[in-house]
Amino acid sequence: MSATTTRLGAASRHVAPEAGRARRRRFANLAATVLCAVATAILLAALVSILVTLVSRGLGGLHLSTFTRMTSPPGSGGGLLNPIVGSIIQTVLAVLVGAPVGLLAGVFLAEFGTGSWVADVVRFVSDMLLSAPSILVGLFVYLILVGPVGHFSGFAGAMSLAILVIPIVVRTTEDMLRLVPTSMREAAAALGAPRWKVVMLICVRAARKGIATGILLAVARVSGETAPLLFTSLGNLSWSVNLNAPMSSLPVTIYQYAGSAYDDWVQLAWTAALLITAGVLIINIIARLGLGGRDST
Amino acid sequence: MDATPAGGRAGTRKVDTGLGGKLGDQLFAGIAWAAGIVVLLLIVGIILVMLVGGSHALQVFGVGFLTHAVWNPVVDHYGAAAPVFGTLVTSFIGLLVAVPLAFGVAFFLTEMAPGWLSQPVGTAVELLAAVPSIIFGMWGFFVIVPVMAQDVQPALIDTIGHAPIIGRLFSGAPFGTGLLTGGLILAVMITPFIAAVMRDVFNSMPAVLKESAYGLGSTRWEVMRKVVMPWSRVAVSGGIMLGLGRALGETMAITFVIGNSNRIGASLFAPGNTIASLIALEFPESPAGSLKLSALLALGLILMVISFITLACSRLLLRQRGN
Repeated sequence: MSATTTRLGAASRHVAPEAGRARRRRFANLAATVLCAVATAILLAALVSILVTLVSRGLGGLHLSTFTRMTSPPGSGGGLLNPIVGSIIQTVLAVLVGAPVGLLAGVFLAEFGTGSWVADVVRFVSDMLLSAPSILVGLFVYLILVGPVGHFSGFAGAMSLAILVIPIVVRTTEDMLRLVPTSMREAAAALGAPRWKVVMLICVRAARKGIATGILLAVARVSGETAPLLFTSLGNLSWSVNLNAPMSSLPVTIYQYAGSAYDDWVQLAWTAALLITAGVLIINIIARLGLGGRDST
Repeated sequence: MDATPAGGRAGTRKVDTGLGGKLGDQLFAGIAWAAGIVVLLLIVGIILVMLVGGSHALQVFGVGFLTHAVWNPVVDHYGAAAPVFGTLVTSFIGLLVAVPLAFGVAFFLTEMAPGWLSQPVGTAVELLAAVPSIIFGMWGFFVIVPVMAQDVQPALIDTIGHAPIIGRLFSGAPFGTGLLTGGLILAVMITPFIAAVMRDVFNSMPAVLKESAYGLGSTRWEVMRKVVMPWSRVAVSGGIMLGLGRALGETMAITFVIGNSNRIGASLFAPGNTIASLIALEFPESPAGSLKLSALLALGLILMVISFITLACSRLLLRQRGN
């Protein structure tokens, strides 16, 4: 920076056009700096506005009864018990199914598939699945798990979420396994450990923190997903933990209630929105803390 | 890696099993391969299922499905032109706003902000990316739409609205909902994704390139524009494509603010729809086996083709960076 100032200083002392150009350059620099700060401020303002709106509109409807009562017709003081339980069941089931598949696929990419074209294709496809429109996943699961059976089900909802879990876990698992030093694999192999033990007990274990972070992020991602559930678990206004029947969930309840004409339903939608956002953001923050400053290195 | 000691301990403890190791290895390799193949099959399955499900509508309407702007359940006539138009327009508006914003955020975080500021601000931007899309929809509907209807759109109509050609884009009744609002919400949603890629790319640039430019007397902006931008052009385009891929398939947020009307028009204030919002809205009224459901699946196929091409481009551009 000191070089810049000396040069500019020297230039301005010399000839007039040089001084003009220096001023222009400094002005352009200042303008760019201000614009960048403004862009950042706009984005932060959006986040703050979302959080403030959620808290100011959602907190007022947050009572103990929100967690103990079920959704009910407008005006009868319903709560969010069945959507909360439904969301938890579907998310847990989705992670139980999706995480092992994603983990093993990540192991395949990092440990077994290196160099083979199959691994390249799987990696490519997984990355696309990561950003693919979730509504299409919902349509897919509808056609294979809802259409043939003839009715919507919590199981189908969980499966659509599981499909969204897989690519997130694949990505983090592969990345984390690649950070495990080869010398550890070699040391274990030299001691006579079979390959599967080297991978599962040494590599996956060494990378378990990062892998757990990936699974947490997957939980955060799918617990707010709405579009795929519309076509699979549909939502259920009464109590049901039957995986073979339509199941309620927080995001779908928000969707149904937010557009309704009843004030108490809209209020419940805001409260549900506050709960889901708080949950998702807290899981994200925990995951980031758990990752332990990987970004800073 | 604080897990190293744990891994080492496991290694010494578990070496005594030579027996069954070979079989275990083969079994495990088989399971890992199978998991990889499952991921492949998912994509193939999604494509096949959409293709089969949408084939009925595609056979009935042929190429006209893409060019007709009709969506009329009463006479069972469906066309994809309006939702495709809405999808492209909202995504384009989204990118138009998001790209400069993301550039600004990424520059700010990597070059301008001091460490104590860039860390928390970076985390906040990442958290914005984690907010579920239905929350953006509610926020857009209850907070942004009134602002658009009362302040932004009347102001735009009074100023640019009178301009000769582009004025038509900013004419019509200020409902608040519509293509423009949808595009702006998309912009807020995809900016964190694009900014995250840009930030990684800028950070991965060899410091010596920037330092030599500074050493020659460049200002920060000149280093950005003439050194960082050319160097990171390919990867940044990949990040922008990634954001576009997200915008194309966004469903819940758009459904809340787009106005949901099947039409093509010049005005950006007019209500419209997108492929994803039309599917979300019409699906509940589409019985299994109906032509309408088939038309929705054909729309899903179109969305998948568009977004997969976009995402594939994004991957290729980002990969060229050579890791």
